[in-house]
Amino acid sequence: MSKDMRRKLASASLIFGVFVFWELACLLGGISDLVLPRPTQIIATLVQSAPGIWPHAYQTLYVTLLGFMIGVFIGLSLGVLIGSSRLAYDTAYPLLVGISSIPKVAVVPIFVLWFGAGTVPAVLTAMIICIFPIVVNVATGIATVEPELEDVMRSMKASKLDILWNVGLPRSMPYFFASLKVAVTLSFVGSVVAETVASNRGVGNMMMIASSTFNVPLVFAGLFVLAFMGVSLYVIFLQIERRVAGWAMRKHDVV
Amino acid sequence: MLDAGAPTTGTIHQETDFVRFENVSLRYGSGENATLALTPTNLNISKGDFLALVGPSGCGKSTILKLVSELLKPSSGYIFFGGRELGATPVRVGMAFQSSTLLPWLTIRDNVMLPLKIVPPFRKDYRALRHTAYRERVDSLLAQVGLDGFAEKYPWQLSGGMMQRANLCRALVHEPDLLLLDEPFGALDQFTREELWSTLQDLWIERKTTVILVTHDLREAAFLANRICVMSPRPGSILEDRAIKFQRPRTVDLTFENEFVAIVQHLRNMIVHNSPGAASRKAT
Repeated sequence: MSKDMRRKLASASLIFGVFVFWELACLLGGISDLVLPRPTQIIATLVQSAPGIWPHAYQTLYVTLLGFMIGVFIGLSLGVLIGSSRLAYDTAYPLLVGISSIPKVAVVPIFVLWFGAGTVPAVLTAMIICIFPIVVNVATGIATVEPELEDVMRSMKASKLDILWNVGLPRSMPYFFASLKVAVTLSFVGSVVAETVASNRGVGNMMMIASSTFNVPLVFAGLFVLAFMGVSLYVIFLQIERRVAGWAMRKHDVV
Repeated sequence: MLDAGAPTTGTIHQETDFVRFENVSLRYGSGENATLALTPTNLNISKGDFLALVGPSGCGKSTILKLVSELLKPSSGYIFFGGRELGATPVRVGMAFQSSTLLPWLTIRDNVMLPLKIVPPFRKDYRALRHTAYRERVDSLLAQVGLDGFAEKYPWQLSGGMMQRANLCRALVHEPDLLLLDEPFGALDQFTREELWSTLQDLWIERKTTVILVTHDLREAAFLANRICVMSPRPGSILEDRAIKFQRPRTVDLTFENEFVAIVQHLRNMIVHNSPGAASRKAT
């Protein structure tokens, strides 16, 4: 317990220390706030422009979560499909690896071409960027069920669906939630990039406009907002993971 | 043969030949790469018997278990169960392996309850009875193997011996016609293993489930079984089929008596002299 507290305290002081160092470096080094504003300036801007930032933040969060949810649905379905059949796994895996190695932000222009600028390309980018980690993880979890376990199930005359429902899916949950944590942060990357390129709303767009008017503290404020939302979602999914798939993290608790 | 074994004589067969292998062979793979795992084999197991299969690694012991549990189809020959061909009647099977294969995300109780969720006829009442009758059934079985108070624990909170006890419970909870054990105690230390022999023996004496036990441990085979079949190296065949007639319940002290030691020694010689090493030395 005290060890845990010490670790948390150390992490918190490191984060705080980084900001103090940043502040002092800017002050003592005489760095212009056009290049790198001080944390206190950024926070002041955040507070002052909060009413202006809020709609953008809301838009980005909405776009990200919508894209993320569609991505989770598609990713989970595809993962189950590919994971439950050896043939599908072997056949589809090379294609998946191929597609997942494309930098997903490169498809933003295509989405803009198809759907015009605005919310839709951002949602689709957020979606497509988070599908692949989920598919790969879920498929792996289902496909790697121990052969003895499968024998036990088959000797009970369990159907494929029985095995999937009672063994495959629960077994892939730790993989699934591990991928969700990664996927939700990736979704932010997708939506912000799409907003930067082709949208008139969202934090990405706000930062774009702020930088073109040299409102550097506002650019950094946008960055802070994104960091805050990203970390919050990560923590939410971490908590869900602990509840749903806690059995897989027992080693963490024992130590 | 198939026709003769149908309705009229079926009941008579049930007592004597609960499980019957008729020239059953098994070949893995096809074409030139095919390996014969089991030569045409005849084997009768009567209801309530306790049969142990011993032999060198890869001799087809586990193959026999997989054939009986319908995980594999014989390449030739027929397997009968209760006088009817396997597959024609649903055979309820309980299986336990060396690795406990308990599901880490379920409590011991839920793990043991798994067959009741899947195997008919228990399956259809699972939702209605899982908190009442099924739960009592599981808990009393757990108590019987010395796991009372552990129902709420997770498998990884238990020792290896306890996990195998739970594993036995899972293989028995649905009252299978056949209990198939594939080296269930292989990964345990000697003392724990001997404790589990007694546990398994008690369960068998009470339930008289027909058991097929595959094991490397000859003492284990002689201690537990009514009958031991010694198998040759691949391609597997049964070299000797011998009855073990010690009084039950047997105790670990028995394993130090001359008669017992003599049997184990005999089994050992038989396997060593027919080992692949001995065969290849002769061949070259």
